[in-house]
Amino acid sequence: MKTSNVILQSMTKVLLFLIMIFSIYIFFAGHYTPGGGFVGGLLTSGAILLLLLAYDLQTVRNILPVNFLYMVAVGLVFAIGTGVGSLIFDKPFLTHAFGDIHVPILGELHLHTATLFDLGVYLVVVGVTMSIIQTIGGDDE
Amino acid sequence: MSLLHLAIIAPFIIAVFVPLIYKHIKSVHTGWFILPLPILLFAYFSSYISKTANKQVTMESFSWISSLGIDFTVKVDGLGLLFALLITGIGSLVILYSIYYLSKQREKLNTFYVYLLLFMGAMLGVVLSDNLIVLYAFWELTSFSSFLLIGYWYNREKSRYGAQKSMIITVLGGLAMLGGIILLYNMTGTFSITEIVAQADTIINHPLFVAALLCILLGAFTKSAQFPFHIWLPDAMEAPTPVSAYLHSATMVKAGIYLVARMSPVFAEHTLWMGLIIAFGLFTLFWGSFSAVKQTDLKSILAFSTVSQLGLIMSLLGVGAAALHFDHPEYFMVATTAAIFHLMNHATFKGSLFMVVGIVDHETGTRDIRKLGGLMNLMPITFTIAIIGTFAMAGLPPFNGFLSKEMFFTGMINALHMDFDWSIIIPVIAWIASVFTFIYSMILVFKTFTGKYQPEKLEKKPHEAPIGMLISPIILASLVIVIGIFPNIVKPILVPAIETIMPMYEFDVHISMWHGFNTELFMTIGVIVVGVLMYLGLNKWRGIYGIFPEKLALNRFYDGLLDSMHKGSYSLNRNVMSGSINHYLSYMFIFMVVLIIGSLFGQNAFTFSTDNLAPIEFYEVILTLIVAVSSIALLFVKSRIVSILLTGTIGYMVSLLFIVFRAPDLALTQLVIETISVSLFLLCFYHLPKKLTDDPMPVKVRNAVISVGVGLFVILVGLTAHSTKLFDSISQYYIENTYSEAAGKNMVNVILVDFRGFDTMFEIAVLGIAALAIFGLIKLRRNGGKKIENK
Repeated sequence: MKTSNVILQSMTKVLLFLIMIFSIYIFFAGHYTPGGGFVGGLLTSGAILLLLLAYDLQTVRNILPVNFLYMVAVGLVFAIGTGVGSLIFDKPFLTHAFGDIHVPILGELHLHTATLFDLGVYLVVVGVTMSIIQTIGGDDE
Repeated sequence: MSLLHLAIIAPFIIAVFVPLIYKHIKSVHTGWFILPLPILLFAYFSSYISKTANKQVTMESFSWISSLGIDFTVKVDGLGLLFALLITGIGSLVILYSIYYLSKQREKLNTFYVYLLLFMGAMLGVVLSDNLIVLYAFWELTSFSSFLLIGYWYNREKSRYGAQKSMIITVLGGLAMLGGIILLYNMTGTFSITEIVAQADTIINHPLFVAALLCILLGAFTKSAQFPFHIWLPDAMEAPTPVSAYLHSATMVKAGIYLVARMSPVFAEHTLWMGLIIAFGLFTLFWGSFSAVKQTDLKSILAFSTVSQLGLIMSLLGVGAAALHFDHPEYFMVATTAAIFHLMNHATFKGSLFMVVGIVDHETGTRDIRKLGGLMNLMPITFTIAIIGTFAMAGLPPFNGFLSKEMFFTGMINALHMDFDWSIIIPVIAWIASVFTFIYSMILVFKTFTGKYQPEKLEKKPHEAPIGMLISPIILASLVIVIGIFPNIVKPILVPAIETIMPMYEFDVHISMWHGFNTELFMTIGVIVVGVLMYLGLNKWRGIYGIFPEKLALNRFYDGLLDSMHKGSYSLNRNVMSGSINHYLSYMFIFMVVLIIGSLFGQNAFTFSTDNLAPIEFYEVILTLIVAVSSIALLFVKSRIVSILLTGTIGYMVSLLFIVFRAPDLALTQLVIETISVSLFLLCFYHLPKKLTDDPMPVKVRNAVISVGVGLFVILVGLTAHSTKLFDSISQYYIENTYSEAAGKNMVNVILVDFRGFDTMFEIAVLGIAALAIFGLIKLRRNGGKKIENK
């Protein structure tokens, strides 16, 4: 796919960041409003996918020199680690904790260990989607 | 966790370090590092002798899966202690023996001792666990370690065959036993043997009782090599001789006996228990001794002899159970005593005999009695040990085998007191089997050590074994004599064990060599006279072994069964797993539709109610129509890109439907998924031909039927699910608790990460596995695949 596509490429440069920011927003918003790790992860992969369609696989690899299979592993570690963490406090596996913490500058923060678990989901989803797409898309090389 | 638990776990802990020791300390035989463990354990368990002799039972519990009633409860009572002493005592001797038997230069000692320790720990677990599930776990571990040890010389075809055979048969029995354990749990609500015994009277009339009894017996019979499951034991002789002495004569094969003894207080009230054990035990006793005579391999003789002796002990336990069914229980109690006494004696003389055979094999290079002979002068010590062992096995005085054999005869004669017509058959079979036992014992010792010395047929020049190899059999042979002359020294171990099996009676055991001229003595004299005559005339009647048709042999049956199962599964696999996704999908769909529609019809569960239905909105009609039209159009499209776009259309419409139904989370996810999957299709599209097919699409009736069926099934299930409300929906719970319990306001997300976090965790794990699979499929293809990129 070496055809030059000026409009798509120019649009991508702007949209990529918008989608990325939106996906991060969606990820954190999941606790109170629609969103969450799964959708957030999918949106991020969508953004990367757009980059891939507008340019090519090599560009994506240069910008994001990440082995996405490792990302899957890291995500799983997050998810399972959150579960194991509760065992340390003698609670059943996967019991979450939450609370409000006052942080200077940022003010009152509502923190929840479920976010860590969701981060695991997010990483796995991005990792899985991107590794599948890279594997299939890169097959002709 | 108590010291007792530690004693059981210790072999496993040491096993972890064995490979390290083996790797770093090459100059010393690894066995020396293992040897202290069983000796220490033996000493430790010996300290319990005085406790159990005073009817003191030690119980220690360690919480494991308490919510399911599974705890690692250890119980030391008479029976468990007897076995624990056998396991550690014989274990020490066997390890000592193995140090000289297995060369440290040529053999892989690390694996050998790991397997052996694995077995030792597992066997201790079997005999000391009070919880049936824990017992089962250890039980299977003994089968497993036995499998590994039989296959120790895995490059030999016969070792692999023997290992597989023992595994298949004992694990089959083990699974049946698990079934029996679960049935017992259903009846009593506990896995604890102590508590089940306490409830024994109440469950005897339970409809599941007989089924549980049969399952448990199947487990015991396969493990203890009772006919017709005995066929694995002769093939297990491919294991190194120390293993045969340890697992396949002294301990593991007695696990079945242990189970029968242990479960006797539960099942012995039932006549079926008694009848089956007597019948199978006696037949095994006869068949084992009868088959042993025709063997030419020393270890095969011992293997069939072990089968026969196990049958003997089993039948004694059966006769012992008769005490609960007939008047005058004192007639039958002696049988239980004989069983336990013989079990102990068998371990001593059979252990020493196996070691003797190992020495002969080690020094001459063969175990074939046709090649051996005249070793008496060359190996005098080995010969003496062999004489002691075989004479004890044949039941001659003054050895311990004589005492338990006499007691065995007493038990079998007393079986005549059972009130049924053909009870005479029991002592008759017992006597005939004893004659054959006498004959093979004589073959074993005299064909090897007397007769003509044939050095030209031997691989090595034989000489007496090194002293280290002789220590263990000498100790065992001394025990044979000591117990024979002073039998009452084993009473503190013997009596508590018997009382565990028959807790309702008081046992007062007196064992002495001389009982006067009674029936038993005349039976023994008869055995000797007839046995000597038959041994001398062996060649004249050997022909009877040819009469038995080879086709009916159990091994042929086993091999045939295995072979046909192998072929059957291969052809099934080849026919079903065709590699065509079309086929796989049709199997799944057909199965799903038939199963669910069938059961809906069978249960008459179709209900259609139109209550609680919302009015159909204009948007919904439009969206559904678009979905329907796109789906139908998809069937007739010839261009690939159009079909991709149509699939996308369906997806986007469905996400719009979610919005109409006020499910923003679903809609959002569906929307993004659709975008990504369409892009993914486009990526794949690059590799594929533009047109789907050149020919007009053929109408495949089968696929049409399946798809219509799936559609109908989904509609029917959906309508029925809507119309049937068996219980309240769980959604109310989530609505109430989402904020208070999980401090979140988005219910869907809270369910995903918190309430049902387990689901999500495994789902993402599955996703990860799928990614790996796709990566593997594409990158590691045989044709055109390049090396995995490490980026």
